[in-house]
Amino acid sequence: MTTPLVQVEDLTVDFGDVRAVDGLSFTLEAGAALGVVGESGSGKSASASALLGLHRGTGARVTGTVRVAGTDVGAADEAELRALRGAKAAMVFQDPLSSLDPYYTVGDQIAEVYRVHNRVSRRAARARAVEVLDRVGIPDAVRRSRSRPHEFSGGMRQRALIAMALACEPRLIVADEPTTALDVTVQAQILDLLHDLRRETGTALLLVTHDVGVAAESVDEVLVMQHGRAVERGPAVEVLGAPRQPYTRELLASVPRVDARRPAGPVPGPRAAAPETGPLLEALGLRREFGRGSSRVTAVDDVSLTVHAGETLGIVGESGSGKTTLGRMLVRLDDPTGGRLRYGGREIGSLPEKAFRPFRRELQMVFQDPVASLNPRRSVGESVADPLRAAGETDETRIRDRVSGLLERVGLDAGRYERYPHEFSGGQRQRIGIARVLAADPKLIVCDEPVSALDVTTQAQVIALLGELQRELGIGLVFIAHDLAVVRQVSDRVAVMRQGRIVEQGAVDEVYGSPQDAYTKQLLAAVPTLDPARAAARRAARSELAVA
Amino acid sequence: MTGFLLRRLGGAVFVLLSLTVILYAVFYVAPGDVAQIACGPRCSPAQVAQVTEQLRLDDPVYTQYGHFLQGIVAGRDFSTGTGVDHCSAPCLGVSYQSDQQVMRLILTKLPVTGSLVVGAFVCWILLGVGTGVLSVWRRGRITERLLTWLTLAGTATPVFVIGLLLIIVFCSTLQWLPSPTYVPFTEDPEQWAWGLLLPWVSLALIESAKYARLTRSSMLETLAEDHVRTFRAYGVGERAVIGRHALRGAVAPVIALSALDFGSMFGGAVLTESLFGIPGLGRELVHAVKVVDLPVVVGMVLVTGFFVVLANAVADMLYALADRRVVLS
Repeated sequence: MTTPLVQVEDLTVDFGDVRAVDGLSFTLEAGAALGVVGESGSGKSASASALLGLHRGTGARVTGTVRVAGTDVGAADEAELRALRGAKAAMVFQDPLSSLDPYYTVGDQIAEVYRVHNRVSRRAARARAVEVLDRVGIPDAVRRSRSRPHEFSGGMRQRALIAMALACEPRLIVADEPTTALDVTVQAQILDLLHDLRRETGTALLLVTHDVGVAAESVDEVLVMQHGRAVERGPAVEVLGAPRQPYTRELLASVPRVDARRPAGPVPGPRAAAPETGPLLEALGLRREFGRGSSRVTAVDDVSLTVHAGETLGIVGESGSGKTTLGRMLVRLDDPTGGRLRYGGREIGSLPEKAFRPFRRELQMVFQDPVASLNPRRSVGESVADPLRAAGETDETRIRDRVSGLLERVGLDAGRYERYPHEFSGGQRQRIGIARVLAADPKLIVCDEPVSALDVTTQAQVIALLGELQRELGIGLVFIAHDLAVVRQVSDRVAVMRQGRIVEQGAVDEVYGSPQDAYTKQLLAAVPTLDPARAAARRAARSELAVA
Repeated sequence: MTGFLLRRLGGAVFVLLSLTVILYAVFYVAPGDVAQIACGPRCSPAQVAQVTEQLRLDDPVYTQYGHFLQGIVAGRDFSTGTGVDHCSAPCLGVSYQSDQQVMRLILTKLPVTGSLVVGAFVCWILLGVGTGVLSVWRRGRITERLLTWLTLAGTATPVFVIGLLLIIVFCSTLQWLPSPTYVPFTEDPEQWAWGLLLPWVSLALIESAKYARLTRSSMLETLAEDHVRTFRAYGVGERAVIGRHALRGAVAPVIALSALDFGSMFGGAVLTESLFGIPGLGRELVHAVKVVDLPVVVGMVLVTGFFVVLANAVADMLYALADRRVVLS
């Protein structure tokens, strides 16, 4: 039997008092593909970095042995380590914008890496850069190799990083969340590219991801991590199809499925409330333009929609589709430049700020980033009390009672009133954000990517909370997200946005079940499936759609 | 680009005009009888009145300012008591003290200060950025701590202390250098450089401390960024990581700070000029302020202001060249 390409034995990584990786052992054969799956803090990225000795000089303590392509990473000196990095094992990082030097052209950066490992002229290195850029599907590679990273789209930057990884023909590619920052259709392209490259060059792949679907699409074997330990390892079909460990089962159960119906429950459909009251909020030909003259951009273009009390309207679209701008306009955080907006039958789109103020508390918004949307210098209780004080409440006991009630309602301990945001986890902070919105007694809440910064298990809990609150309070909910599966789980009706327009709108099962618009079809085809067997078939379907 | 330059030019004119208005207003309310000072302590009231008449000091301030503007655009004639002196456009007026045209005065002082500032600028950039790079390269070791301490000491020491020390050591004790004097470049380039060496070095020692710290902190910031991690993960050596990638991140802030320093140094190198006996703009400006010589002060401030504005415009263009994500507008 030949020695495996990667041998990790009893690897432990400590950052100060925190043990990120705890006695991890695994092997990876040449040419194989292993997916390391886990939630944030499970130690998957720290393990990947250890393969290239990237913890050196960072203050992290690494024990155990790591052998990659014949190099003992722990014992290697600087020169041996440099010879390993890039040439035998190459890393593809998560954030494609920040992972390239903004000051140099993409071609020069790849050429620089190539020349570290090959004694060739600048010219030859540049030629190699163009060659690999062309290989990863950058159109007009000669010209684009002279562009700087900011002139590339997110997907192209990720392709450029993969090109850099390919430049020296490594035997192992370590990809750390390579598609997390990308739109779903671009993600599918990148995963397809990695798949093709692997088949063509025979390089091994270690794919680190929080997204089980991404792993199912790309690898043969899966290693599930939790708290720095390996929970379960096996062929992707078995681990994802018939998980043996409780944690894996829990993880898989939390993953929202794009092909599954909304979980059954007492859902008061829109039709129950609609006929009597009429729509809660109605947008007619809503527009928003930014800039003037030749630099004018239409972010939202002629959008019409309705939201009824007690129903959830999902708005789904990729980055730049205008969904956030639309959401902000629905609660008048942004002023439309055209069209009409009616709330309870009354035109509010053109009301001056002063006349709109009475409606402000009834139309609320929950933001994406639970860290940034809470003031770090104020206690969470005070943040939740803000809407009450803004509404003119001055009785401190009443404020405190109401805030404590709200904190409990969203599943937090009311005794933590005086605590500060940094003492809470991401999911808890999002709950605080929801409690603050509820303090205003809203009739309609727009949630802009409320769960996209959260792990799947936390995501599931927050989604469940929003559902409960809606049933209880009968409010209208607009749920904006890029994740098609999440939107399917929560919505009664769904609108698909692209380039500022709604391309398709309808009941959620109809849109997902039999999409009419070509773009909706493309989006749905790009969502990773949890079934590795189906992934191959869908990959073929994608290439057909791309041609069409 | 053309649009950017035109807007910048418009902005510059506005800034400089505002400066002159402020100066006229300040001088108008400032205490001190200008005519008496200009005439000398032993002048009789009649003579003072004559000087007042001659310098047109009894005109209202806005009329005086109007004349000043007229001089810039069209030139003016001045009475010298015995005849008429024509000052052609752009005329910044005539000194109350010496009857010399301000424009000519500035033109004789400008090469002196220019020599001092440009030379010192080159020295302090080389010294400052070099020290910064060195302290990043040797970070965490004794060299870095030593350099950090030295730059701190450099910032904290006034120029006259460093300059005096340099003169004592190199000119008096060791006698390696002649006493600093200003010899025009056109006369003898070698003497010019030797004569200015100590002033350059003392200015550079003080200014470079700032640049060393700025370079160091910008480079450390860049070293913590993701793209540096990328190149390390691809086996790029520390020398290339620091020299190519980290240093590049320090270029933009260094340009921005240089622009401010370079411009303001034209009127602000007073201490250095006085200490080394260099007849530059700064010394002239201080003298003019002391004797309430309004035309000279206004002229000098305009020139200094011009260089500040110019240096900033150049810096913005260099900035856009250094970082292509910046769009000039």
